[in-house]
Amino acid sequence: MTFVLGRRALLAAAAAFAMAGSASAGGHQVLDSIHFLIPGGAGGGWDGTARGTGEALTGAGLVGNASYENMSGGGGGKAIGYLIENADSNHGTLMVNSTPIVIRSLTGVFPHNFRDLTLVSGTIGDYAALVVNKDSPINSMADLLAAYDADASATAIGGGSVPGGMDHLVAAMVMEAAGKDALNVKYIPYDAGGKAMAALLSGEIKALSTGFSEAVALADAGEVKIIGVTADERVDAYGDAPTMKEQGIDTTFVNWRGFFAAPGLPEDKLTMYQDAIEKMYATPEWEAVRARNGWVNIHNSGDDFKAFLEGQEKVIGDLMKKLGFL
Amino acid sequence: MIEGLLIGLSAAFSIQNLLMVIAGCLIGTFIGMLPGLGPMSIIAIMIPVAITIGDPSAAIILLAGVYYGAIFGGSTSSILLNAPGVAGTVASSFDGYPMARKGQAGKALTIAAIASFAGGSIGALLLMIFAPMLSTVALLFHSAEYFALMVVGLSAIAAFAGTGNVAKAVLMTLVGLVMATVGEGALFNMPRFTMGLMDLQSGFSFITLAMAMFALPEALFLVLNPARSAQGASGKIENLRITREEGRKIAPVIGRQSIQGFFIGVLPGAGATIASFLGYAVERNIASKEEQEEFGKGAIKGLAAPETANNAACTGSFVPLLTLGIPGSGTTAILLGALIALNVTPGPRLMIDEPQIFWAVIISMYIGNLVLLILNLPLIPYIAKVLSIPRNYLIPFILFFTLMGSYIGQNNATELLLLVGMGICATVLKFADYPLAPLLIGFILGGMLEDNFARSMQLYDGVGFVIDRPMTLGLLVIAALLVIVPSYRARRAKARKEGVAEGD
Repeated sequence: MTFVLGRRALLAAAAAFAMAGSASAGGHQVLDSIHFLIPGGAGGGWDGTARGTGEALTGAGLVGNASYENMSGGGGGKAIGYLIENADSNHGTLMVNSTPIVIRSLTGVFPHNFRDLTLVSGTIGDYAALVVNKDSPINSMADLLAAYDADASATAIGGGSVPGGMDHLVAAMVMEAAGKDALNVKYIPYDAGGKAMAALLSGEIKALSTGFSEAVALADAGEVKIIGVTADERVDAYGDAPTMKEQGIDTTFVNWRGFFAAPGLPEDKLTMYQDAIEKMYATPEWEAVRARNGWVNIHNSGDDFKAFLEGQEKVIGDLMKKLGFL
Repeated sequence: MIEGLLIGLSAAFSIQNLLMVIAGCLIGTFIGMLPGLGPMSIIAIMIPVAITIGDPSAAIILLAGVYYGAIFGGSTSSILLNAPGVAGTVASSFDGYPMARKGQAGKALTIAAIASFAGGSIGALLLMIFAPMLSTVALLFHSAEYFALMVVGLSAIAAFAGTGNVAKAVLMTLVGLVMATVGEGALFNMPRFTMGLMDLQSGFSFITLAMAMFALPEALFLVLNPARSAQGASGKIENLRITREEGRKIAPVIGRQSIQGFFIGVLPGAGATIASFLGYAVERNIASKEEQEEFGKGAIKGLAAPETANNAACTGSFVPLLTLGIPGSGTTAILLGALIALNVTPGPRLMIDEPQIFWAVIISMYIGNLVLLILNLPLIPYIAKVLSIPRNYLIPFILFFTLMGSYIGQNNATELLLLVGMGICATVLKFADYPLAPLLIGFILGGMLEDNFARSMQLYDGVGFVIDRPMTLGLLVIAALLVIVPSYRARRAKARKEGVAEGD
């Protein structure tokens, strides 16, 4: 109990600071303050997204003050539970999250799902990609599928997530869309992207399912060939990489990151958050943060965000049923 | 190569870059002394600073300085307080802490400083000469070999038995292995053994377990046994000098472990922790009978080995990072992120496209190691004074340090409950003379052991990898020998003793 009071007191102190700060801020300020709730530890992807967004919002003068709180536990589930249980006192809080909220809600790892929260907006994203070693005889999805047909068991695809996690689902989704049985895909999980990469270069796996921005960095270094991107059209960041669609595999996938608020958030407050985020995209401060992190702007606000999440939940849910994870 | 060296020298020896190294080492050392803030978090904190500098060479020199400083600082808390802040310095506490207890804290820190310096410098030399060739070595190891390497690590567990007996050490290792299975593994979609508790979903955190096994029982012991702390306080700290004889003893250890540590560090899936454990185990196994008795009770060799090995391994981990763009550890993964943010793409082309960065990093390693040695040697008497604080102040200080260490990284209050609960269990076990180090080693190796084993099983559709991959078989044979030979030797020694007794 004392612990909760302590947290409240801290929040009150932060709010007091925000009040003091707002007087001196610029004229186009939308909000006094935002408290970012980060469901993981310092240094992770969620942490970087929240702090980068906060930096851009305050730097551009759209928000007077930003504070941050890391609440790890349960792979992010603890923070979601906290936001729902303490909804009334958290109207000033935005929680960062990403694709795993959809996946983990489906598997029941989280007791809640995104519908239990107020959807603010999806802000950035990354496409997924399949890459192969630069010396590999495989040059396109067609080659990979041919190798798979010849010997499925020797055509292992690796990734940096658990089976049933994002990298696996992307690989399965692509194979499924190419008319193969996703269940026969030999997926080898690694606990970090770097180790999966080492496995690809050492020949332990034939192809790697990874994030597009990571794949671009590796392709720029001359170590891998990107044989397919899950975007609608070729991405400017690496125009040489063909999309899955142009190779006749009708599938797209975006690993998004975005912000959620407590359930029952008043409409006017929600509009203010969405307004601030929307205005953020045009600022040079955001551009600096975005470029530094290699993020892709993928903006979905309000109802669009909801429709997007529902679509993703359907696709992933069907696939997971097929793979036997549900 | 000479040309490259000159480029590196001119890049590193600007006033700005020298200041960067010094600042990085200082920041790293002091923050690194706090358990819970390992090199990874400190580098993460420093990245925005490094990026604002803008110049990639200067930025990576700063970060490399922070990295070395943090590893060095980490061994300080390991030696003085038995509170290893990162997995790589756990082995340093096995003999470093007993030395500190015997009043040789100053000497222990000096040995650590010199061993780190030597490990880092020899590692940098190897990196400079062999880096391009070693990129292929880094890729020789598949999951099957990593699995075998973990088995080698576990088979050496008897070396960590300390004063207890081997059966107890094996039992504690098994407990550690079991604890490693809690939470979501890399291979399963669902949490295991969490009893439905959300806080266990990510498993036990290393730092909480390390604090609960080492630092907390030690602090409780000080409370329960006043004589023990009196012993520590009476020790003279001025005794920093390493005698000529001691120098002769540790020189070959440092030489061997620099090389062994470096090569283990080159493997992307092994890293400083494995290097320090194997370094400790190997040195104990090849030491003479009398010296073996000393291990775990404050042997200088037992401190020099892991300290040298973990620093050499850190340097080795730059090989896959710089030549392949593959981060072998969490820390190098964060460094990779920083490099990419600075528009430097590590990989095979780095040495050709931007040699000044590659060489500046190598030169900064020498400078960083030298700066650390120069900065730290004069500071050691002051740092070691921590132990002469009266116990009624020292104990709360250690307790604060311990609790903060497990809370700070995750901001999760449940960690504190786990810490205290496990700490009490550990204290009971300590009273019963169960060694706690094997538990932690089992925990650290357990996750990697399971992941690599399961991956190999999946890739080869069974245990075929043991026969298909000669290197795996070789490593497993070494592991078997590590178990059989010492027990055979012990049995023969016992038989001989009995024989002599009969002869009389």
